Amino acid sequence: MQYKNTHLLSPGHRGCAGCGQLLAARHVVDALGKNTIVACATGCLEVTTTPYPESAWRVPWIHSLFENAPAVATGILSALKAKGVANFSSRQLERRLKSATPPVNTNVAVFAGDGSTFDIGFGALSGLWTRRDNILYVCFDNEAYMNTGNQYSGATPYGSATETSSANDSLGNDFFKKNMPKIAAAHNVSYIATSTIGYPEDIVAKVKKSLTFCGPRYIQILVGCVPGWGYNPELTIELGRLAHQSGHYPVLEIENGKLSKVMKVPAKRPQVEEYLKPQKRFSHLFKTDCGKEKIKQMQCLADQNVERYGLV
Amino acid sequence: MIKFQEGSETIAETIRLCRPKVIAAYPITPQTHIVESLARSNTKDFEYILAESEMSAASIVLGASATGVRTYTATSSQGLLLMTEVLFDIAGLRLPVVMTCANRAVSAPINIWNDEQDIMTIRDAGWIILFAESNQQAADLHIQAYKIAEKISLPVAVCVDGFALTHTFEAVELRDQKMIDKFLPKYQPKKESFLDPENPVTLGGLCTPATYMPIRKNMHQDLLTSKKIIKETFLKFNNLFSVKKIFGDCKISDGLIEYSGPNNPELVFIASGSVLGTIKSTYDYNLRQKNKIGVLNIKSLRPFPDKEIINFISKIKPKNIAVIDRSISLGQTGILFSEIKTACYGKAGVKIKNFIMGLGGKNITPKDIQNIVINFKSKSEFQFVL
Ligand SMILES: Cc1ncc(C[n+]2csc(CCOP(=O)(O)OP(=O)(O)O)c2C)c(N)n1
Ligand SMILES: [Mg+2]
Repeated sequence: MQYKNTHLLSPGHRGCAGCGQLLAARHVVDALGKNTIVACATGCLEVTTTPYPESAWRVPWIHSLFENAPAVATGILSALKAKGVANFSSRQLERRLKSATPPVNTNVAVFAGDGSTFDIGFGALSGLWTRRDNILYVCFDNEAYMNTGNQYSGATPYGSATETSSANDSLGNDFFKKNMPKIAAAHNVSYIATSTIGYPEDIVAKVKKSLTFCGPRYIQILVGCVPGWGYNPELTIELGRLAHQSGHYPVLEIENGKLSKVMKVPAKRPQVEEYLKPQKRFSHLFKTDCGKEKIKQMQCLADQNVERYGLV
Repeated sequence: MIKFQEGSETIAETIRLCRPKVIAAYPITPQTHIVESLARSNTKDFEYILAESEMSAASIVLGASATGVRTYTATSSQGLLLMTEVLFDIAGLRLPVVMTCANRAVSAPINIWNDEQDIMTIRDAGWIILFAESNQQAADLHIQAYKIAEKISLPVAVCVDGFALTHTFEAVELRDQKMIDKFLPKYQPKKESFLDPENPVTLGGLCTPATYMPIRKNMHQDLLTSKKIIKETFLKFNNLFSVKKIFGDCKISDGLIEYSGPNNPELVFIASGSVLGTIKSTYDYNLRQKNKIGVLNIKSLRPFPDKEIINFISKIKPKNIAVIDRSISLGQTGILFSEIKTACYGKAGVKIKNFIMGLGGKNITPKDIQNIVINFKSKSEFQFVL
């Protein structure tokens, strides 16, 4: 039998075995469908999928720079508007829907890593949100600058070791992860969701749901990085689930400013330790008393999440 | 229609006549009046996008241009430098963006007045860079810029000196909309060269050592090819709009360079931009003949018309050349000066000296110009005119 690939992100890309980001991206782009234009930031996703002159993408796709993908997307959207083919702001959309010929709705999406989103491209993202552009922004959160070899980003969790928040002479990262969904909410982003690669159906459902909203939409997906996190490739899905189930990475939705839905954690919630253990980036914490103290603090943070977001 | 108005308004009106579909900009003196006028435009012809930085303004026109529509942005100085990374990318992606650079000094020290350090600093980005001498030229160059950009798929920056042009009132002939439409038909990018769900393409992929260099070589060759396109466009424009030569002693004017003065001059000034007006009014037609002074206008910095310059110089045979730079490659010399020296390398027989003038808006007076003429022999090869 001949294999017929129908995915919009095809195999043959250069992603590592077990890459959470590539898997998530495939689900996202398939959920978005053919009539989509993607602006992708510099990072692993860009590098692994577009070794010139090859490309793994079956949708129109552009990479410009590390920090400007939101603005590039605004440009794409404006051009489509100017051509009269797509994607209107809510008021315009209402007006258009009443007119005889409805617009062809091309989705405009940004795909970016956590470094691009939380750090260097944050100004551009804030600009996009403020303009209320009708764009879906998807952040593939592997919690460090992976493309450059695993350095600290604003998304790196407390305690995690990266090449620049070293575990040798310290206890790993001393900073707390930036709360991007909250920052998005402060911008009145219409639809905000988090998910993890542990739940591909959840990712697909959220992407599809986001398309029913007008204005800016933000989806942040926790995706494991095999070399960066240091785990066995077969654990990508499992770790995605443990991150959520332990309360470490809350999976939630914020619709028009209100926390509307959360993915509940099991009644017998796994300890954060279970999530940390298979990953080399946390292994230093298990070796010293100070490290064990840090694990306790991480458990506290997870417990707080459970309470704050009503995860039980 | 002849109008007496500010340079910025002339540029804004001309841009409207060129019918871009997407405009994005971020305010910075002395570019502000241009973008304010465009933002005020009572038109449904284009989307005016409010960017939160120049980095984003340039990225927005990048995205729009990659989606196949005509675009425009404008900036100055710090704004241009903040755009730097995007400017290289726009050129590398072969997008026909048109941008006005209202030339201004660069920090530190902070200074809002005119020189040309900003554009000179990004000269290697792969943009075609053209200089306007007057507001009329500024208007006409923008129209030509779109034609050139869309023909060769490279971005074009039109440089206008901050304040000296942007804030100065001049009588200009505003070009007729119908004629512009004829000269500049609707932009139609080639199929599969832009973002379109009907024909999905990947733009901006990763190039390895095996694929990167041929692409860069190709860009360089196309920039060189654009010389011909710039010349053709200039001719075509002048014919269609019946533009006449202003100076009786104009010996060459082809879109790349322009020379006014006698044959076998004692001294030729080489410069770009509005300072040419100062030189030509200090040495008008009669004084140029009498004192054997020529003025060579470098209208195109990139592509650099090296062969054209040397061919012309060999023809008119000047004894001396004074290159006026309103920017400097610190630790080297004036930038135009090094370009001219490179162009003249091995074809000497002429003394070339460099005068750094007008940095940070320092006034360049007729006296400064006369001083160069009178004391040229005693001047060193390189000096600041303070
Ligand atoms: C202006 C700029 N600074 C730094 C870099 C180097 N760089 C490229 S990708 C990258 C990290 C990407 O991290 P992230 O956005 O988290 O994506 P990931 O590779 O982890 O998926 C960095 C630092 C760059 N390309 N541009
Ligand atoms: Mg990352």
